[in-house]
Amino acid sequence: MKKKRKPREFRPGSVAYACLIYLFLYLPIFVVIAFSFNSSKMNIVFEEFTVEWYFKMFDNRQLMDSFVNTVIVAGVSTILSVIIGTLCALGLYRFEFKLKNAISSSLYIPIVIPELVFAIALLSFFSALHVSMSMVTLIIAHVTFSMPFVVITVRARLAGFDRSIEEAARDLGANGFRTFWRVTLPMIAPGVISGGMLALTMSLDDVVVSFFTAGPESTTLPLKILGMVRKGVSPDVNALSTLMIVGTIAILLTSNFIQERLERKL
Amino acid sequence: MNRFFKKHLGVFVTVGPTVLWLGIFLLIPLAYVILMTVLTKNAYGGMDFIFTLENYRNLFANEYLKVFGDSIWLSLQTTVICLVVGYPFAYILANAPKRWKGFLVMLLMLPFWTNSLIRTYGWNTLLRTEGILNHFLQGVGLIDQPLEMLYTDGAVLLGMVYALLPFTVLPLYTSIEKLDKSLLEAGSDLGASRVHVFTRIIFPLTMPGIFAGSIQTFIPSLGFFFISDMMGGAKTMYIGNLIKNQFLSARNWPFGAALSIVLIVITLILMKLYTRVGSLEDMA
Repeated sequence: MKKKRKPREFRPGSVAYACLIYLFLYLPIFVVIAFSFNSSKMNIVFEEFTVEWYFKMFDNRQLMDSFVNTVIVAGVSTILSVIIGTLCALGLYRFEFKLKNAISSSLYIPIVIPELVFAIALLSFFSALHVSMSMVTLIIAHVTFSMPFVVITVRARLAGFDRSIEEAARDLGANGFRTFWRVTLPMIAPGVISGGMLALTMSLDDVVVSFFTAGPESTTLPLKILGMVRKGVSPDVNALSTLMIVGTIAILLTSNFIQERLERKL
Repeated sequence: MNRFFKKHLGVFVTVGPTVLWLGIFLLIPLAYVILMTVLTKNAYGGMDFIFTLENYRNLFANEYLKVFGDSIWLSLQTTVICLVVGYPFAYILANAPKRWKGFLVMLLMLPFWTNSLIRTYGWNTLLRTEGILNHFLQGVGLIDQPLEMLYTDGAVLLGMVYALLPFTVLPLYTSIEKLDKSLLEAGSDLGASRVHVFTRIIFPLTMPGIFAGSIQTFIPSLGFFFISDMMGGAKTMYIGNLIKNQFLSARNWPFGAALSIVLIVITLILMKLYTRVGSLEDMA
């Protein structure tokens, strides 16, 4: 590895290498997006530009259902993770109690454990209780693997929290709830948002856990594609996938922007 | 008792839900998997509560040892390729001009905010025998016959490297970024060559990043059954697919559970190794 003479300048070799890696990372995404505008039914050559698949996809009921499922599961599991996770982070920050260390380190279990093991564990657990797989089991699964990330992110934010501001609010007559709402929450908001975004992306990105914990009526878009891919995928899948790609990126960029604004306000 | 509850009311309200949730939906299910490994499978695809070590004994059958070998080999190749390709990339990112850095890291993360299966499906479209890449290569006259690229072991490796590269790059980036630049200057002032500066200073100091990156690549790669499903032929069986099959088609759950214990053991060994050089907090 080279040591840079002028470390703050781009060098042609580095730029070329970085571009190559970025090309590799974006290539399959470009393929999906490009073919969503292709008039040919086969994903081989680009024939003519069209947006017809973006209308035709609405006729594909199963496909649309899977997309709606994906959105519902991601939304509900993110909200639950954020509420439970933020509460936990606040509790771990504020109180001293026995088992605190044990609880903090058990938060790392879902992060460290292979997802496949977690997936089959939940599948076995639910079927031992004769619970059939549905949207509910899917949401439970997603909350379980994403909530620890919320706790860790919010905790990291709280670590740099000046407690005297809270005390000042109390001294000036604010009650506990008001202090939380007007002082604590705005302070930890950037952490809560980034924890929530982490939970959202993890839910949208998940394949392995959903594969085992989704019921026949609650398949998500990725699972639907996995089922179709051997037989050949219809082009409306490209259109819907493009929507999902663009949607996810748009949400995350917006939240990033909001987060930066919040940071600046403090 | 009452006083105990009153004193800890805050703890119960805040930390309680998490403890309950993780207890019910994580710890109990995991304990149940461990219990399953010693149960006997019955003829109807269910389990009988009869103690047996049969499932563990079956792990040592030659066909399964081969699956473990193939899986570890694939994950090892994935990890090494990700490190070799990712290290220079992380280095470039970490040394980029400051106003570019945030943007470049964002650009790295962006694809990984979108679903990994959709991206793997993109590769599937590219590599098909009747797919884009072959069509292109034939069009420019580089090949006469379409190449069989999809459904090979190479395609699986490509899919794995693709899916896991950012998981290698991010910890590497963090540890290179943290490097104390004055040490490098001191090294070269004292006459060390660039190669020397790298092998004696940069490389050892970024070891925690290399370890974290490797583990975050190796462990998930063992479980990504959908990548081998979409990119690989049925020729090679990997542990992820084997576990999936035991639970879905073969319906031998006790054996599937024993197989997942293998995954856990591999993970624990790697984590143990890792905690010698870094801390758990760096993983998240």
